[in-house]
Amino acid sequence: MANPGSHGPGSPEGVRGLVSDWSSDRRVFNVPWGKAMMWIFLLSDIFIFACFLVGYMTMRMSTTDTWPDASEVFALHVGGQQVPLLLIAIMTFILISSSGTMALAVKYGYEKNRRMTAVLLILTALLGASFVGLQAFEWTKLIEEGVRPWGNPWGTAQFGAAFFLITGFHGTHVSFGVLFLVIMAVKVVRGALDDQRPGFLTGRKGRYEMVETLGLYWHFVDLVWVFIFAFFYLW
Amino acid sequence: MAERGHDSASYAAASDIEEMELVHPKTFIGKYIWSQDAKVIAIQYAITATAIGLVALVLSILIRLQLGFPNAFSLVDPSNYLQYVTMHGMIMVVYLLTALLLGGFGNYLIPLMCGARDMVFPYLNMLSYWFYLASVLILVASFFVPGGPSGGGWTLYPPQVISQGTPGVDGGILLMLVSLSVFIIGFTMGGLNYVVTVLQARTRGMTLMRLPLTVWGIFMATVMALLAFPALLVAVLMTICDLLLGTSFFMPEMQTLGEQSSHEGGSPLLFQHLFWFFGHPEVYIVALPAFGIVSDLLATHARKNIFGYRMMVWAIIIIGVLSFIVWAHHMFVSGMNPYFGFLFATTTLIIAVPTAIKVYNWVLTLWRGNIHLSVPMLFAIGFLFTFVNGGLSGLFLGNVTVDVPLSDTYFVVGHFHMVMAVAPILVIFGAIYHWYPKVTGRMLDDRLGKVHFWVTFLGTYVIYFPMHFMGFAGVPRRYYAYGETAFIPDSVVTMNSVITVAAIIVSLAQVLFLFNLAWSYFRGRESGPNPWQATTLEWQTEHTPPRHGNFGDELPVVHRWAYDYSVPGAERDFIPQTVPHEGEERR
Repeated sequence: MANPGSHGPGSPEGVRGLVSDWSSDRRVFNVPWGKAMMWIFLLSDIFIFACFLVGYMTMRMSTTDTWPDASEVFALHVGGQQVPLLLIAIMTFILISSSGTMALAVKYGYEKNRRMTAVLLILTALLGASFVGLQAFEWTKLIEEGVRPWGNPWGTAQFGAAFFLITGFHGTHVSFGVLFLVIMAVKVVRGALDDQRPGFLTGRKGRYEMVETLGLYWHFVDLVWVFIFAFFYLW
Repeated sequence: MAERGHDSASYAAASDIEEMELVHPKTFIGKYIWSQDAKVIAIQYAITATAIGLVALVLSILIRLQLGFPNAFSLVDPSNYLQYVTMHGMIMVVYLLTALLLGGFGNYLIPLMCGARDMVFPYLNMLSYWFYLASVLILVASFFVPGGPSGGGWTLYPPQVISQGTPGVDGGILLMLVSLSVFIIGFTMGGLNYVVTVLQARTRGMTLMRLPLTVWGIFMATVMALLAFPALLVAVLMTICDLLLGTSFFMPEMQTLGEQSSHEGGSPLLFQHLFWFFGHPEVYIVALPAFGIVSDLLATHARKNIFGYRMMVWAIIIIGVLSFIVWAHHMFVSGMNPYFGFLFATTTLIIAVPTAIKVYNWVLTLWRGNIHLSVPMLFAIGFLFTFVNGGLSGLFLGNVTVDVPLSDTYFVVGHFHMVMAVAPILVIFGAIYHWYPKVTGRMLDDRLGKVHFWVTFLGTYVIYFPMHFMGFAGVPRRYYAYGETAFIPDSVVTMNSVITVAAIIVSLAQVLFLFNLAWSYFRGRESGPNPWQATTLEWQTEHTPPRHGNFGDELPVVHRWAYDYSVPGAERDFIPQTVPHEGEERR
């Protein structure tokens, strides 16, 4: 800090850093534009999911009918036994693991290790795709058991509506993520991020920071899943 | 942390900053149709918004003709009336004001005023416009589907809006909901661009506290829009599900047209909460850019620095934050818990404090200024009157006990048209007169402008001021015809006719304005680069109108705030932001 006294003698270093960041010229955050944009987009997306989840909670609190019991509805029949939350545990495990592979891809990206970055991106995409696949399986199972957006055999009609809309919206996010992971993997394989030439399918010049930006999105989608998991399956 | 604070010696090296990837197309289509230049996109936004806004203006005249002379014309039947009220409201709020202030002025002014060559992601910016155009076309299409557009009110309240018997339930409402979703997606693309450009792509020396208030207003409004539109998106998606899939998010069990509906257990109140969590910030999404622009107009045309710049910035931020916790004051009569009413009335009245600070600062900016009564200044001063009037009636409606009897009367119509319709539109007019010379290189005609101002300003008072009294008389809004109603006196009938005549005259004045825009484009006086002798960066460009890339080979370097007017001892009564302080080296 050029002049530590300018922000008051008692202010802690963190506050002074914050003030100097926000009042600096040219840019507030020391990050590339794409990353700043992703953070702000995620902030906006948080509000979408927050509205969905708060709406869901409101419905669940205000409905006069009974809400179906999660541990029975979402149970799997394995070897003649009802195992509650088995499928969803697997799905959650897969998605959380994909966050790990994504983080590794970012690390290898910054080390300019093209091969490992591409492999890990593809692995992440495969994990994401299998999550979506299992979700499709879960939807099929519920639909076969009679769950519809307008009703279900066990209780209030809002159960199916909220479940399909919110998990569907999240699943769409995962699917888009998988799509972008594949695109990014192709970019990496082609070396577009090394020589910064206009990349595959998009005209923007590539840098390895893009992998991290995509990673932000992916981790966000995982984080949202944790909330959906908690509110739908554990409540 | 790195040494890069206020200190002028520690600017980030040029190589640190990403270079804008500008696409320089050669063809006409590349330059003006599929353009990635923020200035062209701004004009595309402005033309589209004005076009759809004119549709809404015509609708309002049809509404007024019915109300003013209920038996003389048979232009609209009761269903049409509801449809026109709905479409007028939705178009004006979302497709005109939001799009014009953020998409139009935001795109044009943010890069220029920040000293950037363009928005950070020009391609995304272009997509944003095309999504907006698509949303407008989808909305317009609803006029042509069987059953016509929705007549459920612009607030889209269920169960009304998707129940059998409401006009437009067969197709119009679906198109409106889809159009809103497309608008939100398009706006998000543009909005991310505006925010990141302001935060990350300013020129050297342009600290956040040197930004003109116009940029602050548009920036904060965009941030709010990015956080408020999600609530509308969720509400819209759920309504679409209720409509198409037969879900019951918002639809309660009920009888319509003698039949039992298939819905059960939904909560209409949930929709209202979601809608107004968007709807109230939306008021300030429209108002904050207007606040910012009017601050710059007042300072420039009064040749005086804005009073209390820092206070103005903080007031914008505080208003932005507070506006997210006042939404339920639109719902005092909705049947929600009365304690909520107490809480939201309190926050509503608190938000009056930063707003009042802004009004005082505007007035104090004028105080002992060298006031030039140019057309932009007239509109800016007109805004002050209208905004204070509309704001004061807001204090009535913010209190639960006063609001309850006034709900759904013409008092509400008068209030929000004063504060949210007329006030921002006066600023928009002022801003167009102010920046038109930069956009085209020619001045708008002064005499036509003054006629336009006086007719619009006085005319809107004739239109909306009597509505407050009608509201006190208990005249309900959204009624097709009042007929022989005992509690409605004859004076209200007369007033309705007067209002209608005034509305027609004001609308004709807008034709004059459009004529002025077209005529001056070809025949207007050459303006030169800086006709208002203003300090901000957009007036210091090498070319007028600025070319793609905005500035010449070198980006400007900023040395001072945007309000150095009438500095004692200075040669001229303004010092552009690019001029160094005395003794400071020009970098």
